[in-house]
Order: sequence, then C-alpha cells, then structure tokens
Amino acid sequence: MKIWVPCDAAAVACGADEVAAALASAAGLRGEEVEIVRNGTRGMIWLEPLVEIERDGVRHGFGPMEPEDVPALFEGGDHPKALGPIEEIPFFAKQTRLTFARCGRTDPLSLADYEADEGWQGLKRALELGGAQTIEEVTTSGLRGRGGAGFPTGIKWKTVAGAEAPQKYIVCNADEGDSGSFADRMLMEGDPYCLIEGMAIAGLAVGATKGFIYVRSEYPHAIRTLNAAIKAARAAGIIGDSLMGQGPAFDLEVRVGAGAYICGEETSLLNSLEGKRGMVRAKPPLPALEGAFGKPTVVNNVLSLAAVPWILVHGGAAYAEFGLGRSRGTIPIQIAGNVKHGGLFETGFGMSLGTLVNEIGGGTASGRPFKAVQVGGPLGAYHGPDDFDLPVCYEAFADQGGLVGHAGFVVHDDSADMLALARYAMEFCAIESCGKCTPCRIGAVRGIETLDRVAAGDPAAIELLHELCEVMEKGSLCAMGGFTPYPVRSAIRLFPQEFSLSQEAAE
Amino acid sequence: MTEDDRLAAILADHAGREGALLPILHDVQAAYGCVPADCYQPIADALRLSRAEVAGVVSFYHDFRDAPAGKHVVKLCRAEACQSMGGTEMIARLERALGMKVGETKGDVTLEAVYCLGLCACAPAAMVGDQLVGRATPERIEALVAEVSA
Ligand SMILES: Cc1cc2nc3c(=O)[nH]c(=O)nc-3n(C[C@H](O)[C@H](O)[C@H](O)COP(=O)(O)O)c2cc1C
Ligand code: SF4
Ligand code: FES
Repeated sequence: MKIWVPCDAAAVACGADEVAAALASAAGLRGEEVEIVRNGTRGMIWLEPLVEIERDGVRHGFGPMEPEDVPALFEGGDHPKALGPIEEIPFFAKQTRLTFARCGRTDPLSLADYEADEGWQGLKRALELGGAQTIEEVTTSGLRGRGGAGFPTGIKWKTVAGAEAPQKYIVCNADEGDSGSFADRMLMEGDPYCLIEGMAIAGLAVGATKGFIYVRSEYPHAIRTLNAAIKAARAAGIIGDSLMGQGPAFDLEVRVGAGAYICGEETSLLNSLEGKRGMVRAKPPLPALEGAFGKPTVVNNVLSLAAVPWILVHGGAAYAEFGLGRSRGTIPIQIAGNVKHGGLFETGFGMSLGTLVNEIGGGTASGRPFKAVQVGGPLGAYHGPDDFDLPVCYEAFADQGGLVGHAGFVVHDDSADMLALARYAMEFCAIESCGKCTPCRIGAVRGIETLDRVAAGDPAAIELLHELCEVMEKGSLCAMGGFTPYPVRSAIRLFPQEFSLSQEAAE
Repeated sequence: MTEDDRLAAILADHAGREGALLPILHDVQAAYGCVPADCYQPIADALRLSRAEVAGVVSFYHDFRDAPAGKHVVKLCRAEACQSMGGTEMIARLERALGMKVGETKGDVTLEAVYCLGLCACAPAAMVGDQLVGRATPERIEALVAEVSA
C-alpha cells in the first residue's frame, strides 16, 4: 500500500509528522507492507494533515487526519475522514495548476518523480532554443513578476541579456514576508526542482552562471529542502559546471535573510545579499544593470521563475491563453485568515473577488458574517462586499486604489476591529521601515500616535491622519512607506463609523 | 575549542565568499546564542570592514541578538491572518498564563513576536523551538513549553 503524508510546513504545523508516525506503527503492528511518501501539500490547508492512499490507480484523500484516525484506514469500510478521489474535490478540480502542477503529487526531492512529470523538459527546450529565443518565449507568455510589482519578466531578462559584463547573477526573491502569503514556501518545499529549473533557464537566457535564492529565516523547512535539492541536482549533473552536461555553467546557493520584511524589496535584498544593512537603494541604476555586487542581475520572485519551465515546455502562447486583459497566465492565489477553505488556489487571472471569498473560500471560518478582505499583504487595501465584482487582475485592483501584490487574500469576519488593524499597519511600517526616508521612518510612528488620538476621540485627528497618509504616499522612496496608507485609508473609507464612534461618545 | 578558535573556524569557513557577512553572523549566533560585541572587530578584520559597519549590520536585522535568548524560544505570529483568527487574544491569554509579556525572557522561556510564518491558512500560528504550531491555542503552546522545558 502506498500512502502519502505531506511534509509541507503547514501540514507539519497541523500534525502531519505525528500522523506519519502513527501510520508507520499501525502498519508495523498489522504486518502490512506500506510505503509512506512525504509529498508536498496539495494546498488544501484546511484539510491538513491530508493523507492520500492509492486505490485502483486513483489517489483518495483523508483529512484532516489525527493519529486516532489512523487505525481505521486499515480496517476497510467507510472512514469518517474520507474525502473521495483527491483531484475531484471541488477546490482542487476548479483550479488551473500550471506552476503547481506537480506540487502535492510528488516526493519533492525525488529526481525520478520530477523527471517522470515533465521535469527538466523546459530546460532542455531552452538549451535547444538558445538565450534569445528563450527570452522571446517568456515575453510571448505575457508573464509579469509575481512578487508584487507586476513588471514583465521577458523585458527584464532582455535588459540583463543585453548588458555586457564578465559576471551576471540570477537572484530569486524568496523573502515572502506578506501576511497571507505562502505560495513561495509551498513551492520551495513541494517542488524545489521546478524553481531550480526556472533559475537555470533564466541563467542560460541572460548569460548568468551563478544564482542566489534569498530565503527568509522564518522558513527553515524550505531552506533545508532547497539545500538538499540543489545538492541532488548538482550530483545528477543538471546544474554545476555545465547545465545538463551540454550547456554553460550554472550553480546555485541559498542565502538566508535575518528577519527584515524590507529585504523583500529588491534593492534592499541586494544590499542584504552583499552583507550590508538592508537599506533600499534609489533607482536608477536598475538592478538589471547594476544589481548584486554591482553586476547585471535578474531579480525575480519564486513564482515568476517557477512559471518558466511550463512556459518553455508548452510555449509562451499557451500560457498567454489564460488570464484577463494585460494580466496573462495563472496566478497562485493564497486565501487565508478567517476563511473556511484556506489554501492555495491557482487559476487564470479574472476570477471575481466574491467568487473567491464565498465559493472557493466557503465564507468565514467562524461562520460569522464577512467583513473585509485585505489583498496583497500588509501594504494592500481592505475590500468590502462592494468590491466583490472586481476580477483578480493587476489593473482592476490598481484602479480601486489597491493591489493584487503577491496574491495573498486575508479574510476577516465582523468581529474585526478596523481601527486596530489600521493601527497595526502603521506599527508594522514603523517596525520594518529601513529608515532611509523621513515620511516612512517618522510618518509611521506619527501614524500610530494619530490613530491613538482617533481612538481617544480627538476630533481633529482624522484630518491629520489623512494629511499624513498623503505625505507618506507621495514622499516615500519605496512602497513600504508609500503603500502603508492603503490599508489605513481603505479601512476608514469602508468603516468610517469605527473611526468616529469614540469621538461621538466623547462629545 | 576556545571561544576565539570557534570564531576563527567560522571565519575560515567563509573565507573568500562573496557577501559573507550575513552567513557569518548566522553561524556566530548559532554557536554563541547571540552575536557578542567582542566578535565585531575580528569579523571586521576578516572582511576588511570597519567595526562600525559590522555593528550597523547586526543592529539592522531583527534576528541578531546581543544577548542569548532563553533555552526555549516561543515565536508568536502577530500578523493580519493570525489576527483574523483571534491571534491577538491568544497571545494575551498566553501572556497571562505564563506570567510574562512578548519580548521578555523568564527562566528558560523567551516569548517573541514574529510577523508571518507562512502558516496563514492554519492560523493562528506559532513556533516553539523548532516545532511549528498551526491552529494554535494557548493551551497547546503551554503544553509544548512544558514538554520542552521538562
Ligand atoms: C516593501 C516591499 C516588500 C517586498 N517584498 C517582496 C517579497 O517578499 N517577495 C518578492 O518577490 N517581491 C517583493 N517585493 C517586490 C520586489 O521589490 C521586486 O519587485 C520583485 O522581487 C521582482 O520580481 P518579480 O518581477 O518576479 O516580481 C517587495 C517590494 C516592496 C516595496
Ligand atoms: S519608504 Fe520606508 S522602507 Fe522604503 S526606502 Fe523609505 S524608509 Fe526605507
Ligand atoms: S499571518 Fe501568521 S502565519 Fe502568516
């Protein structure tokens, strides 16, 4: 009997290791031959630990499992946690899994699994096409940076390819600091070779022989998996002195962050990689021309790079068939917080916010009425039911004074305290500001004080807060200070009474 | 091995590496439990930096400590997804139960805030030592703390 138990950090946090141990001992007691595979997660986190058992060639799911539920798996008959064929669960069946096609199906570190499932085919194609045509394919796909800013990946690669330098770098941004985001982590833990392949293709395309993956220190599992995967890929001759024994050299190294959210901003990340304080750099120079150690550098998010193997195998045009408007391809949406069905949902751009929250997410976890959803991390705006028609794509959210960002969606029920959340946004900015510019460094602290005055009923404070937001938005060097006003102002706009009640009470 | 030998070994491990300062600081902290101020000068010398530069980098990053934490570090996520699932109340209850605040060390235990562990779909989240905790409750964390410090 073959049994899968995810090794993903979220599954482990919910008890997957205990379930795996219970499986091994139950099988031992019964003298049953079982093979336990630790796969990545399917992304249906509310069902974790989600165990899968193959029956007649179809994988059936059971979850959320607890050690007590294990013996019944061997007893036949109906299991109380049985979910049926895993890929028929609506949350899974409704997705378009391109980037996450393998994640959850395979043993993340098995090279055999990877090869059997389209692995290294994209790199092979890139080796045949050569750099210029590989970039052409990525440009045709319409792929835009999944780290938040949405910059076209093909154009970035072309700039780096065109730069003359003895050394160039590929830097993968795996700093994933946004609350509500975990897609990078899920991919690194569940399908690390896919990221390695994407980076190798990028290296080949632009003429870079060295890549760094900058991972936040909060992700120890991902760091371990990546290091093991790099070692295995090198031993198999896929990366190293020559890509697949026929291409140029390309090697990889994992670098670990040190608990600074701002190091997700690409220039701050580069400073950190160089061993400096993670201060944001003014642009220009663009990292594409003067990036890591002053050399031309591609900085891309994990998901941008991991989308590339599929694009090379199936063609840029096939990728561009998914999506809406100028947002092409698929977006791995992370729906989290107070939601019944939290997890990763990869789909073409264009699904409406309401469908996502109510149908896919299944409404709130608490069963209380929905209040607001924050989209795009701590710098993203809050959206209420009035925005439920908004399609998930870069343009539509920007038009509403918000952002899709890294596509983390955090749902709040009606117990959410919007004044407290607005205050938290300012507090987070104050804690994580790199300190380079005044509107952000000082403004965030003033923001906390001003919100405290609002809470205390000071009638002049709201006006002051708006002015402060204006200064931060206009005068900050990067989006840390520049977008912190988004959650604050949207909270006030959606729930003005929560910012004036105390004032009325005081009067 | 003396203290100095340990530091020398770490510096030798990273000799010639580009951008070696953060990896060195991580190793130093793993060895000593913190980055002691008397390491700044030897690190600076090895990387041909000024002592002030090293001190500046250490102070910039939240991870680096100037004194060792308690033997058991409990990290509690304060970010939005965890707040939406009652994380703030959970932290407050845990603080009361343990008789200490986030940011403090009492006996063997250090309570710390963390801003997202990537466990936002099984919030609230925490980390007790190396162990991740999803769908966390104060009772569960207290039990884990009791387990590790027993
Ligand atoms: C405050 C701030 C935090 C950021 N955090 C991240 C992050 O954690 N991961 C990421 O990929 N990009 C992050 N970005 C965006 C990066 O600066 C950059 O646009 C991105 O890494 C480029 O890669 P892409 O084109 O593939 O998206 C952040 C930007 C800002 C302003
Ligand atoms: S806005 Fe804030 S984080 Fe960005 S450069 Fe200015 S001080 Fe640094
Ligand atoms: S917000 Fe707490 S784990 Fe992400």
